[in-house]
Amino acid sequence: MPTLTVDGIEVEVPAGATVLQACEAAGKEIPRFCYHERLSIAGNCRMCLVEIAPGPPKPQASCAMPAADKMVVTTNSEKVRKAREGVMEFLLINHPLDCPICDQGGECDLQDQSIAYGKGHSRFAENKRAVTDKYMGPIVKTIMTRCIQCTRCVRFAEEVAGMEEIGALGRGEDMQITSYLERAVTSELSGNVVDLCPVGALTAKPYAFEARPWELRKTYAIDVMDAVGTNIRLDSRGRQVLRCVPRINEDVNEEWAHDKTRHHVDGLVRRRLDRPFVRREGRLVPATWAEAFESVKAAAEAAGDKVAVIAGDLVDAETMYAAKLLARSLGSDLLEGRQTGMAYDVSSLAAVNFNTTIAGVETADAILIVGSNVRWEAALVNTRIRKAVKAGAKVYAIGEEVDLTYPVEWLGNDIGLLGRLPQALLDTFADAKQPMLIVGGAALKDGQGASLALVETLGLIKDGWNGYNVLHFSASRMAGLMLGYAQAGGIRSIAQAAPKLTFLLGADEVDFAAHALGTLVYVGHHGDKGAAAADIVLPGAAYAEKSGTWVNLEGRVQRGDRAVFPPGDAREDWAIFRALSDVLGRTLPFDTLDALRAAMARDVPMLAEPGLASIPWSAPALPISAEGGALGLPIKDFYLTNAICRASPTMQRCSAELLHGETFAEAAE
Amino acid sequence: MADAPHIPDEAEMRARWGGFAWDDQSAPQVDGIIARYPPGRQHSAIMPLLYLAQAQVGRETGTYGWLPVPVIEHVARTVDMPYIRALEVVSFYTMFNQAPVGRHLVQVCGTTPCMLRGSDDVMAACKNKGLIKGKTTPDGLFTLMEVECMGTCANAPMVQINDDNYEDLTYDSMTEILETLAAGGTPKPGPQIDRHASAPEGGPTTLKAMVSENHDYRGEWA
Repeated sequence: MPTLTVDGIEVEVPAGATVLQACEAAGKEIPRFCYHERLSIAGNCRMCLVEIAPGPPKPQASCAMPAADKMVVTTNSEKVRKAREGVMEFLLINHPLDCPICDQGGECDLQDQSIAYGKGHSRFAENKRAVTDKYMGPIVKTIMTRCIQCTRCVRFAEEVAGMEEIGALGRGEDMQITSYLERAVTSELSGNVVDLCPVGALTAKPYAFEARPWELRKTYAIDVMDAVGTNIRLDSRGRQVLRCVPRINEDVNEEWAHDKTRHHVDGLVRRRLDRPFVRREGRLVPATWAEAFESVKAAAEAAGDKVAVIAGDLVDAETMYAAKLLARSLGSDLLEGRQTGMAYDVSSLAAVNFNTTIAGVETADAILIVGSNVRWEAALVNTRIRKAVKAGAKVYAIGEEVDLTYPVEWLGNDIGLLGRLPQALLDTFADAKQPMLIVGGAALKDGQGASLALVETLGLIKDGWNGYNVLHFSASRMAGLMLGYAQAGGIRSIAQAAPKLTFLLGADEVDFAAHALGTLVYVGHHGDKGAAAADIVLPGAAYAEKSGTWVNLEGRVQRGDRAVFPPGDAREDWAIFRALSDVLGRTLPFDTLDALRAAMARDVPMLAEPGLASIPWSAPALPISAEGGALGLPIKDFYLTNAICRASPTMQRCSAELLHGETFAEAAE
Repeated sequence: MADAPHIPDEAEMRARWGGFAWDDQSAPQVDGIIARYPPGRQHSAIMPLLYLAQAQVGRETGTYGWLPVPVIEHVARTVDMPYIRALEVVSFYTMFNQAPVGRHLVQVCGTTPCMLRGSDDVMAACKNKGLIKGKTTPDGLFTLMEVECMGTCANAPMVQINDDNYEDLTYDSMTEILETLAAGGTPKPGPQIDRHASAPEGGPTTLKAMVSENHDYRGEWA
């Protein structure tokens, strides 16, 4: 624990900390471009110069200098000030200063730091360098003349995303950042380089020239594109969400978000249901709320207690709770959230939870993945596994072989392997201090019993460590399970009960042709498969248009706020159910969202407070299916997994270009 | 970038070089080069292997050699390195050629010592023989490059042609070298004047008595 003095302030920092970190600990701001907390140290921008004694009589790059005992650091001397001014002047020599037309303007590190640490004028009268723009795919727009060669993007691609496709070609003044042969970067995390870029060289292509940061209203929300529950900030102007960027949450997403999270937002204003519809003579025709409610009332009177509710992947807990109460008041408990027909055992919530927690993955030293493409199902869990692998963890996997960005020993695509794991794996797990098992949705069907049996065989549960994990993909899944949205036989049980009236809460993935579900009332926000199959459509709010509670795959209860209002006649879902209950004569016992939340907290205490829900471990005794069989993967197309991203032109283009190999000609500029 | 070297487009390169494999002359050296580095550090072998590949491309094309993208990818696969990392190395070091070159790669040193001693004359000789900086002559014989210091300042001005140095040049001697090469001959490498390596011109000027046998000068110090 070295103790050093920064501008007369004595600080103690952990061994291995850098001088820059020591300065921050002392409350001193150090300008920087290349240094980033989550990336390796490059030390090439030279902006973080400070004076260090004892040492050579010249300014030192603090980001690359280990803090040592009894060091005396000066961050505000005349020499330091002049050195930074010099560095800044050199950086600006080849920077175009086209801030008025730059998308980074207003949130640009170079702008801010040149004001704070620059000279204010330039002595450079010669010609500036210009660099040709590079193609990096549908997400990242490049204006490479602005690049200051900090190499953050190169390091991110290599270290975090695990796709070594971005590099620095040439040397000296001719150095240029590019993707390999200017091909599209094929990572689902490529959008993060836009946030990392300290200047306007890499900006978001779908967001190009949309807005200035100071005219945006910023709302904290929770991402629903997968079950990780990425903490996001929605930037909106007027009635439209213009962009989505991650917030820092060390326990969930660190400061990353995948491309679907970032760029689905243009889907929020397309294919929206903005008025109620009722099916007449085979066609959905626009209707008023009163007409739609009357139709529901007629169906409900005919149905009696033959009522079911199927929740989609994106809905919040409040909606599900309101629908549950309405169904219960009608005398039904037919609730299901697993739209695709999965029917695993949910008698113990812990046995279908990601018990290790997302942050806990980093400390695992032996990992077995069963039937999951983690990279697509939970991209930010995959980056944690990648970190664990870098720290020495060994990864085995059963299932269809996919590129997970780190070395994996594939055992084969047969769920029967769970019963006869190779000796090498058993030895690795026996030696492991923190072993973990990740069971993907594909494996729950036939492998739930066998995977639970491995808790014993592989010693997954130890003091302070639970290595049994189920990897869900739907944002609504954990909250749905807490609220009882699960039947023993899944959707099949619902169909067997022959409901005459079924409420679909944004459920678009149900195989409507295979199941007779009676009159379908679709409460949702996008005109997708669910609305097309429905008899009555009640327009609801997308996640960005309501304050809601979501529970991520590790059981973390998180609240998101409303960024914009729903379009047209659409209303918040819980309010729809409250209004409908009045029409049906079974008024729900709440008038406000807070009252609903209070009622829900009484019913399901786990949902009461934001934070990691405490789910005590218990394992149901399940039969072990002796049959083997190949495992499919639930996600066929990463970019088109739900109604919002199917409506998003950006996601459609990503899918076409990155997954289906279509080429898009760049417009000549 | 009007004077940028012409790099064949990717389809053309893939058609010509997609099937690149180590030939009989290179293949035996590959494992030896990789074995120079500790296990797990085989990435370190990228530079000698790229040089080997460049020489092989030279043999196959009858030129000094260059590195088409498919060849770089082949070398990267040999040491299990991402393509972009290998491409970074190639683009960083000027001794890897990213565009085709002629049979003789003429690298004229233009750094200060050579410039003071007459590298402009050497350049002029090249120019008068039809060589243009950064270009290959139409007959495919010569590619001219101006390079920075090659570490032969005592013998300035100098050129490096393929793997040989030609030193102490003048306009005339440079012209003669180019003519000899064009005629298919092999000029004498090293100093083009009467001197051995970087020893004085016309023989030693000091310690002359020591040229043929040892001599004790101590008695003459007085």
